[in-house]
Amino acid sequence: MENVLAIVVGILVACATFLILSRDLIRILLGIAILSNAANLLIFTAGRVTRDAPPLVPGDLEVPAGAYANPLPQALILTAIVIGFGLLAFALVLSYRAYVAMRTVDVDAMREAEPPYPDQSPPTGEDGRQTPLRRRGAAGTPTREAAQ
Amino acid sequence: MNWLLVWPILIPVLTAALCLLAWNAPGLQRTLSFLGTFVLLIGDLYLFAGVWEGGVQSVQMGEWPAPYGITIVADTLSATLVVLTALIGLGVAVFALGDIGVERETTGFHPLFHALLTGVGGAFMTGDIFNLYVWFEVMVIASFGLMALGCERAQIDGGVKYVILNLIATTVLLVAIGLLYGVTGTLNMADLAQVVPQHAEQGRLIVIAALFLLAFGMKAAVFPLYFWLPASYHTPPAAVSAIFAALLTKVGVYAMIRTFTLIFTVGQAYTYSAILAVGVLTMLIGVLGAIAQNDVRRVLSFNLVSGIGFILIGLGLGTVLGLAGAIYYTVHHIVVMSGLFLVAGVAQRVAHAQGLDALGGLYRSQPLVAVLFFIVAMSLAGVPPLSGFWPKVILVQASLEAEAYIVAAAALVTGLLTLYSMSKIWSLAFWRAKPEVAPQAAPGILDPGPLGAGRKAVLLTPVALLAVLTLAIGLFAQPLLSISERAAVALMAPDAYITTVLDEEG
Repeated sequence: MENVLAIVVGILVACATFLILSRDLIRILLGIAILSNAANLLIFTAGRVTRDAPPLVPGDLEVPAGAYANPLPQALILTAIVIGFGLLAFALVLSYRAYVAMRTVDVDAMREAEPPYPDQSPPTGEDGRQTPLRRRGAAGTPTREAAQ
Repeated sequence: MNWLLVWPILIPVLTAALCLLAWNAPGLQRTLSFLGTFVLLIGDLYLFAGVWEGGVQSVQMGEWPAPYGITIVADTLSATLVVLTALIGLGVAVFALGDIGVERETTGFHPLFHALLTGVGGAFMTGDIFNLYVWFEVMVIASFGLMALGCERAQIDGGVKYVILNLIATTVLLVAIGLLYGVTGTLNMADLAQVVPQHAEQGRLIVIAALFLLAFGMKAAVFPLYFWLPASYHTPPAAVSAIFAALLTKVGVYAMIRTFTLIFTVGQAYTYSAILAVGVLTMLIGVLGAIAQNDVRRVLSFNLVSGIGFILIGLGLGTVLGLAGAIYYTVHHIVVMSGLFLVAGVAQRVAHAQGLDALGGLYRSQPLVAVLFFIVAMSLAGVPPLSGFWPKVILVQASLEAEAYIVAAAALVTGLLTLYSMSKIWSLAFWRAKPEVAPQAAPGILDPGPLGAGRKAVLLTPVALLAVLTLAIGLFAQPLLSISERAAVALMAPDAYITTVLDEEG
């Protein structure tokens, strides 16, 4: 059973890596979601898959009677799921804000913080505002405006 | 049970909670924030004094005995680092009074700031490797909030890269912890220190060690995993980027030092040479990146990456002297980097420009800002007698003793290039006359009004204190050197750490 689960974890990590290597922000987030699930499954597998009794202590005993399943991996996974869910929700909202602010989900076209010319200030127009950076809409993934 | 040990975690949590309750009262939040960091500093100093007098201290959460419950441990290294966390926290909390506008204060700046300090303090104090992951996540989620707070375009863009790469790093850390648990069956760091060297499957443990190196390396922003840092650290307000620069990468470095001296002593020849190579490349690439940049705080971000390399070579050398140099450098770097980011923020704000090509004439118009910048910048460059000089001497001496001549040469070249990059900022932004380009509205800074004399005093006081601190630890180097040496000796022979944690219940 551990071997099957290990292969499943491997496939999940491979899918996640493929998705994270994409330039599309949504695909990257999906990849991260799959990656965190792969990590949870890995902890589950690393804690050994057994068919023992639940780790409950009967009222009149000090220790559980007989063999019992390891409760620690579940506790770890529960923590990791909660944290991973919160972070993913935040990342989704941030990506939406990024789309609203920059009108693109192509991470190569997001050059606000890292201008393509790092050794000079961004050019400013006559009104004192910064001119919008060149988008890769034509060469790469079409932006929403280009599609409409 | 020593309650002082949970102080670095408890006080910021309480402050964050109280600030949350005072959501709509920015004035009250400011008072709470200042008081919180002040009380934190006092308690941490007591904690440090206790550790300095009485050695390693530990406490078991919930009174569960050692390898099963969560342990909080303070040795010299963690006690020193929590004191610095509180010190920088206090400085930045004061700076934030003048730097963070009401818009950000009423959308949760203060609660997030103290949540960040909680995560940092917890990561320094914990003795349980899964708990370390949890503190990393506390720290990271708070930093996500601080990074995005204000929602300027550059912030959102930098935030996307910061968030994604940090999410991947924490997932890798989780995978490494899961595998380590699967192989050894324990999560307590002191217990791991006993189990790992005697384990039968050393090959697997070295693979796991490499995964830890990858995860902590992404957190610490080492070559070639540092790209999220210069993409994002210059976008939030100066107070936020200063606290990030001072503490976040140092937590990654601390975790690396802790795990690779305490737990993964197996296969040291392999892991330490990897750390050494990464350290050399990090400091060289970092400083070369700094020279190419235009935005002042991006220059500093690359210098920050370069400094992480210095700390790593101290660890990678694997000697007491090297580690002492690394710890000394960490302390120096925390103080100087926060000072530099703060003073750069002030300079960018008074000049209404971010890029070196648009800045100028600040020495004439703002002499105090210029003098403060000069002190911290020369300290970073390692000009004697400032605080950057001594750890570089120690690290070069340690690499010569270990016959790692390439490392020594790389450290010296990096020092020279750091001096070049600092004097570039000095001569362009401060020394020359203001260039004849139209002043730009600085896009990364939500300007909360004009900079009056009172606000400027609030902004410059913490910078001045940090500058005095770097002068002090440069001129009176011996106390900090003794602390670093004692911490390094304890790291190389962690018997006291292990016995204190595991015998605590007896």
